[in-house]
Amino acid sequence: MLVMEKNALTEEIEGLVKKYGATRSSLLPILQELQKKHQHISSFAQQEVARLLDIHPVEVYSVISFYHFLKPNYVGRNIVRLCKTIACDIAGKDSIAKALERELGIKFGETTKDGKIMLEYVNCVGMCDQGPAMIVNDKVYSKLTPEKAVEIVSKLK
Amino acid sequence: MEKKRVGPVIFSKYNKGEGVKKALQLGRENVLFEIKESGLKGRGGAGFPTSTKWMLTAAAKSDEKYVVCNADEGEPGTFKDRVLLLEYPELVFEGMVIAGYTIGAKTGIVYLRGEYEYMKKSLEDYLEQMRKDNLLGKAILGNNDFDFDITIRLGSGAYVCGEETALIESLEGNRGEARNRPPYPVNTGFMGKPTVVNNVETLAAVPHIITKGGEWFKQHGTDKSTGSKLFSISGDCEKPGVYELPWGTKISDMLNLVGAKNTKAVQVGGASGICIPKSQFDRILAYEDAATGGSIMIFNESRDMLHVLKNFMEFFVEESCGQCTPCRIGNVKLLEGIEMIEKNQYTFSYIKQLKELAQTMKVASKCGLGQSSPNPFLTILENFSDEIFNRNANGGHNGR
Amino acid sequence: MADKIKNSRAPVAQKPHVIEKPTDGGIGGNVSIEINGQQISVPLGTTILEACRMNNIHIPTLCAHDDLCMAGNCRICVVEVEGMKTLQASCAFPITAPIKIHTSSPMVRKARRHIIDLLLSEHYGECYTCVRNNNCELQSLAKEYGVDNFTFGHVEKRRYEVDRSSYAVVRDMDKCVLCKRCVRTCIDLQEVGVLEAIGRGYDTHIGTFLDKPLAEVICINCGQCINRCPTGALMANDPSDEIWAAIDDPTKHVVIQTAPSPRASICEEFGMEAGHSLTRELNTALRKIGFDKVFDTNFTADLTIMEEGTELLLRLKKKLVDKDPNVKLPMFTSCSPGWVKYIEHFYPEYLDHLSTAKSPQQMFGALIKTFYAKEAGIDPANIVSVALMPCAAKKFECNRPEMNASGYKDVDYGLTTRELAKMIKEAGIHLPEMPKSDFDQPFGEASGAGLIFGATGGVMEAALRTVYELVTGRQVPFENLNIEPCRGFDWIKQASVKLEKVKPEYSFLEGVEFKFLVAHGTANAKKVMEALKRGELSDIHFIEIMACPGGCLGGGGQPIPTNPEIRKKRAQAIYKEDQELPVRKSHENTHVKYLYEKFLTDGPCGHISHKLLHTHYTKRGKYID
Repeated sequence: MLVMEKNALTEEIEGLVKKYGATRSSLLPILQELQKKHQHISSFAQQEVARLLDIHPVEVYSVISFYHFLKPNYVGRNIVRLCKTIACDIAGKDSIAKALERELGIKFGETTKDGKIMLEYVNCVGMCDQGPAMIVNDKVYSKLTPEKAVEIVSKLK
Repeated sequence: MEKKRVGPVIFSKYNKGEGVKKALQLGRENVLFEIKESGLKGRGGAGFPTSTKWMLTAAAKSDEKYVVCNADEGEPGTFKDRVLLLEYPELVFEGMVIAGYTIGAKTGIVYLRGEYEYMKKSLEDYLEQMRKDNLLGKAILGNNDFDFDITIRLGSGAYVCGEETALIESLEGNRGEARNRPPYPVNTGFMGKPTVVNNVETLAAVPHIITKGGEWFKQHGTDKSTGSKLFSISGDCEKPGVYELPWGTKISDMLNLVGAKNTKAVQVGGASGICIPKSQFDRILAYEDAATGGSIMIFNESRDMLHVLKNFMEFFVEESCGQCTPCRIGNVKLLEGIEMIEKNQYTFSYIKQLKELAQTMKVASKCGLGQSSPNPFLTILENFSDEIFNRNANGGHNGR
Repeated sequence: MADKIKNSRAPVAQKPHVIEKPTDGGIGGNVSIEINGQQISVPLGTTILEACRMNNIHIPTLCAHDDLCMAGNCRICVVEVEGMKTLQASCAFPITAPIKIHTSSPMVRKARRHIIDLLLSEHYGECYTCVRNNNCELQSLAKEYGVDNFTFGHVEKRRYEVDRSSYAVVRDMDKCVLCKRCVRTCIDLQEVGVLEAIGRGYDTHIGTFLDKPLAEVICINCGQCINRCPTGALMANDPSDEIWAAIDDPTKHVVIQTAPSPRASICEEFGMEAGHSLTRELNTALRKIGFDKVFDTNFTADLTIMEEGTELLLRLKKKLVDKDPNVKLPMFTSCSPGWVKYIEHFYPEYLDHLSTAKSPQQMFGALIKTFYAKEAGIDPANIVSVALMPCAAKKFECNRPEMNASGYKDVDYGLTTRELAKMIKEAGIHLPEMPKSDFDQPFGEASGAGLIFGATGGVMEAALRTVYELVTGRQVPFENLNIEPCRGFDWIKQASVKLEKVKPEYSFLEGVEFKFLVAHGTANAKKVMEALKRGELSDIHFIEIMACPGGCLGGGGQPIPTNPEIRKKRAQAIYKEDQELPVRKSHENTHVKYLYEKFLTDGPCGHISHKLLHTHYTKRGKYID
């Protein structure tokens, strides 16, 4: 990482620490904001957060690895999360899954070659009466059909 | 805003701000009395008496106390809190204000699951409006002794953070691993201070109880399960959605209401609940019989119950925090057992061993996740043993 | 204890619960409970496990450890409490009301057996090939619960690669039972923060930052994690195969230096209770194994006192006479390689405060391949120099690139107490029965001052015995030369000694209150360094820091298990051995005097000493690339 990028990141994290407070209980909101802005929390970012909150870097990494939505590596500009729990499953999530994989040319768990879209499964998102459902970044889509799902995803390309 | 839902308690008429106003008039003792009278129990699934929780926290001596709203609705098949937060935020937030007043807290925190991030802005907007209406913030409704404000904190994709001590750990910036209890959050909660953690629906009932009285609330439901419940009904039925029904409703009546046909099984209580076969559809939905946090999933004759069970156990394997041995490894062993049944490579004696393991998990696991993940395993294998253990050579079941 | 609670980094609910209001209990803060039908009275807030131990009722445990905060995650110690639906972890359940407990009901026994079966189903590898064969807590549990088959199967394939990157600690996560003792040790007890649980659910494993190899993160090699690990998941990097090869090679001259802490505790590896020093029996055993010479590390401990003591006096002179603003005081001891790596990572800007003197091990290494090689007429290229140490970090220390003052690698191998015990057993020797014999010359004489290095406060005491006498010409004013303020297991000890009626060449010290601090465990090193940063230690002259709790006797290479009781007994053995020696001050060691006359001719801290016996340090910092 370039020195300029590092300095910018440090400044950003200092701002977040100021906003949420320099205590361990601010860890999750800070990591969530970094995840939102950069789609991951890099090694340098993790160490800066650790330094400013006075905890060990491995503790930051441990927390990131626990939560499904926090990623230590860049996974893609957009994350498409398809619900696989039973209500969406019996509503037809398999056909949505196949359509998405075909459209994007990747399997679940992978990122498109241009780094724009990552596809992953997620557990119950609370749309069980309107399944199948998926979350794209921070928007939720329900009552999906393969066509609708593909349309939503192609807008991200 | 015109409310289009109808129901006996939660969805009954309510005027914004009434609950807080009445609570401040009643005073703390009387608020506790009304909650106790109502017999309100936790609506997240655990069913702990709310008045007891509030009384213990109110009695604890501390300079700081917290009210936490558990909006980590992660139980498969549950979506009632999504509806409450989007359509009835006044009930939820005023419930928190009343709780804060009663126990002596100045800070309320909403732990909103990461999957509901899309509603965060509208909730923040609503809170801002509450501050303008003097229902939140400093000197609420002119009461100089009572300041209370609410912040919203997001989760990041962990079902286990719905467990109250794991939720508190998550708020403190740790892995969402449940704590040893005792001590309980009412004594030692967020940052070691007395904390009330209540489900969204529990809090939503509070303004109704305060304005209309605990006595009124008790009229609905049964003796041991007072009031009504929001049921999130989904699966094989014509009209899935959120229904407010009184406790004590028969399962068969509920199935008729939502237009369920050819129903083979009803999963009551989500993935961590029990699976009820047709022969038991005359059971009632209540804490004393088939208890639930509201999740009802309906499966008709075409569904493969082993597939359903596998989906549940895969869920638990992924969502277990991994801290304690029985849950971390036990769930994997149960899932492996299901895979053996799928491939027709099991023995009955090993299945018996797994059932014994399931019993141990129920008592030896550190938190509710490991204690209830064996429920679908035991009830589905018990109630659908015919279908599961008489699978044809290809691993298919009778219905296919 | 109160101090431990307040300053612990353990999560809030893992700290012992402090009860304020007594509930319906007994007399004066006691609660009357029933365990297995037996009526027992315990203080409010006692955990069920403590209550059982106080009354000789056995409850098996796995994640509980006397040195560490409570965890309650293995679930082995569960018991039945009447009226509660689920079983409770006895290590974490505080007693606040009269309850009835059953520690061995059918439900409890079944639960424990299931948990052991689940752990075994995941435990890759066999006991025969494991370093902890016969000293493994999982193995003992399996035996105790009569495990005779793998109820839930047994894993056939490895999930994780063994991490052998570090010189000191080897990690085999396939044997890990996720008790998290290592995490609690590294983060809470030592406050170094290298290990934590990574991942969630079944994929949880203990790992480092970004799951990097251990050598690439800020591990200080103290090995405290190894001492507390219940299974073979953590072990030291064992060089005994290479040492056997050297011993069996007729062209190699293999010498070994033995440190006081291993000698005071190796008896524990042979079935004896802690607290018996087997120094001279060990000399015989080592020669029987095939070591050509056996030397006493206490010799160079005495030498370290001469060098470090002189260095301290030089610094004091620079400060008080020359008024040099650049001289750094307080001066820190530098013989603990774990502490040295700690300060190199966490406080690199204060490295100038470290004494430049090497550790006794490394001083010996330099002397053996120069002075000894010449005296004995042996080509140093054929000398294999082994050091028996209680320490895991010494394995890293002897591999530091700058440790080659002799022109060769000064010390070839660091060998731990546990590893040597294994070699002795391999040779068919039962150590306690060996006849006693002396060390070899020319390094065979050592004082009691050198010996007490093994206990926390020992280096300080040894330094005081010499420096006070050097400066005043009189013996240090403590009965029997036992400087009590240096002794004991308080985490940070502070005391002072007034220097009066000093010798004329030390007139600048007349009337000076010589202040010193002793700390052990890196969590306390951190406290000391933070105080230094805040400017609170400007009037302290000398600070002894040992990375390991208890000092070297609690080192990462010592017999397993460890607990406060065992460490206390080891300290007693060390101080007793000191009492029984004829020479108890480093400067009265005649062989040390001889060395200065014949070899280190320009005296302590002179040119030759500097080349062979002093070193420099590396600013490492905390940032990981």
